Amino acid sequence: MAEAQPNQPERIKERDSSIDRATAQKALLAGGIAAAAAGAAFLLARKSNATAPDGPVISDAPAWTLKKATKQADRPIAAKTLLIGRPRAELYAVWKDYRRFPDFMENVEGIEPADEGASRWTIKAPAGKTVTLVTRIREDIPDRKISWESLPESDIETSGQVEFEDAPGGRGTFVSLVMSYAPPAGRAGQLVAKLFAREPNIQARHDLRRFKQLMETGEVTTNASPSARPSESPAQPRV
Amino acid sequence: MRALTWHGRHDVRVDTVPDPEIVNPRDAILKITSTAICGSDLHLYDGYIPTMRAGDVLGHEFMGEVVETGARSTLQKGQRVVVPFTISCGNCFFCNKQQYSACDNSNPAETADMSELLMGHPMGAAFGYAHLTGGYAGGQAEYVRVPYSDVGPIVIPDGLPDDQVLFLSDILPTGWMAAENAGIEPGDTVAVWGCGPVGLFAIQSALIMGAARVIAIDEYPRRLQLAKELGAEIIDYREVNLLEALTEMTGGIGPDAVIDCVGMESHGLTVDNVVDTVKAHTFLGTERPHALRQMIIACRKGGRVSIPGVYGGFADKFPLGQLMEKGLTIKSGQTHVQKYTKPLLDLIQQGKIDTTFLISHHAGLELAPEMYRHWHDEQNTYTKIVLKPGMVGCEQIAGGRGEQQEPREQRDLQPRAPELVG
Repeated sequence: MAEAQPNQPERIKERDSSIDRATAQKALLAGGIAAAAAGAAFLLARKSNATAPDGPVISDAPAWTLKKATKQADRPIAAKTLLIGRPRAELYAVWKDYRRFPDFMENVEGIEPADEGASRWTIKAPAGKTVTLVTRIREDIPDRKISWESLPESDIETSGQVEFEDAPGGRGTFVSLVMSYAPPAGRAGQLVAKLFAREPNIQARHDLRRFKQLMETGEVTTNASPSARPSESPAQPRV
Repeated sequence: MRALTWHGRHDVRVDTVPDPEIVNPRDAILKITSTAICGSDLHLYDGYIPTMRAGDVLGHEFMGEVVETGARSTLQKGQRVVVPFTISCGNCFFCNKQQYSACDNSNPAETADMSELLMGHPMGAAFGYAHLTGGYAGGQAEYVRVPYSDVGPIVIPDGLPDDQVLFLSDILPTGWMAAENAGIEPGDTVAVWGCGPVGLFAIQSALIMGAARVIAIDEYPRRLQLAKELGAEIIDYREVNLLEALTEMTGGIGPDAVIDCVGMESHGLTVDNVVDTVKAHTFLGTERPHALRQMIIACRKGGRVSIPGVYGGFADKFPLGQLMEKGLTIKSGQTHVQKYTKPLLDLIQQGKIDTTFLISHHAGLELAPEMYRHWHDEQNTYTKIVLKPGMVGCEQIAGGRGEQQEPREQRDLQPRAPELVG
């Protein structure tokens, strides 16, 4: 995982520009004070006008940091790498045991074994509904990588992979979560699009961050605490 | 329970809110016995910090008695503890480097996004501050939930009153780290902008660390008086031409290190400051870094700039060329409180550090909104306010104590800095 590649900073800003809008909207609703943050974010998120160079990509940075102008066939829609201060094998083992996914994947209600080694996922959707996803493992390299893809009976067509790589200096493991999906059709598809298409990147990043919290601290961080807002419970996260 | 909640600019109220609950295994619940109003609470009060939400419980300087513990908490019911304002997991890369305020896990996934967007990386969390830093309820309340209670809280031995140890939660370590970041060498002259609580503790710490001289700068006579009693030379910047005075007092060299204990709401009627104030109120900019600009011009060539003062975002007209040409070193950051609590508690127990001298008022929690107004409007009289949830009414500690007691001789206490780093 190369650092400080020339393409990377611009790319990260672009990637964040979608979150910028959502964040600003929420904050304005909250009372208008976040206008300053939104203004700052706007400055930060402004896209560079520079065009990508012609010819093959020479940067050592991961594919998901490429600018849109750079030609690349399989760009994942959601990807994130985090340093987790635990050994590779331990992290792989938890990811292999999918029963623990609901502990850190917010939208996953449950996962059960299905036929021929596949898994059936129940995923929360808006308005109290759920959608079903059936996946099979495509590749499994112990302590290194797990990749999966959805089977035709799924409500969503998706694929993804998680990779584990030793971080330099004995700092732990770089864990990369990469997800792709094809826009689904039909009513269920619309539902899922609402759920996934808008913020698959955010969801993947949150899930990975919660995984890091769980593995490093033994619990998923929550700001659950009292406020004078009557709708909030002191045992539920404050968003 | 009763709690001080934020509702908007200059609008804080004591409301009845639900009691906190144990949520995670490492949590503990405290019954608050003392909780202070911090200078940085005024940034919230003035509406300068983005991502506050109406109804948020404020307060990040507090201590109390453990009344409930999660399965993995190492605290026991009945223990008296002081809690660092920074929430730190103790397990991540940053906590392992003792950079506790940079904790990578304490800001929940949902709120971490906002600060990652604004700062480039998700910030560590703090109690009772904006949602950028986690959105946790604070301790200006009867009870508080403390996450990672096996890492942050420090148990206070019996016999030490609250007033002597409360400030281990923030301003004492913040003043200490400010002086540490100034890289003080023997013979140094250190100039401290701002004689609020952090400034006063920075002065005290700089002298303990061996500074030959400390020059304290403010406009409030009461605060300058406290600085003088600690052993500093003082400057009221309304009286003298500050830059000339600092140059003349150091033989043309300038202070070896400068410490910004002012932060984003710098006072003073100067052109740059008026422009900054207008911009801050119209959200065109968040900072009023007048003091910081002065510091960079005042600091000697090759000197050190320490910034414990709080800033929120972008600054205009920052003297970057001066910073570079003069070869200055800047150190800053939220305080790594957990790193300092134990050694500073030791210094308090040995009588080498006094924290009570700046407390001017004790008040009940119900009076908190009134106390915020006083703290905001009467900085000369109200040098530090400590709220006590069990108390009724308000008590002024006569003259902030300084006038009643004999002059302090802090300079004789300790010639060199004790080794703090573990």
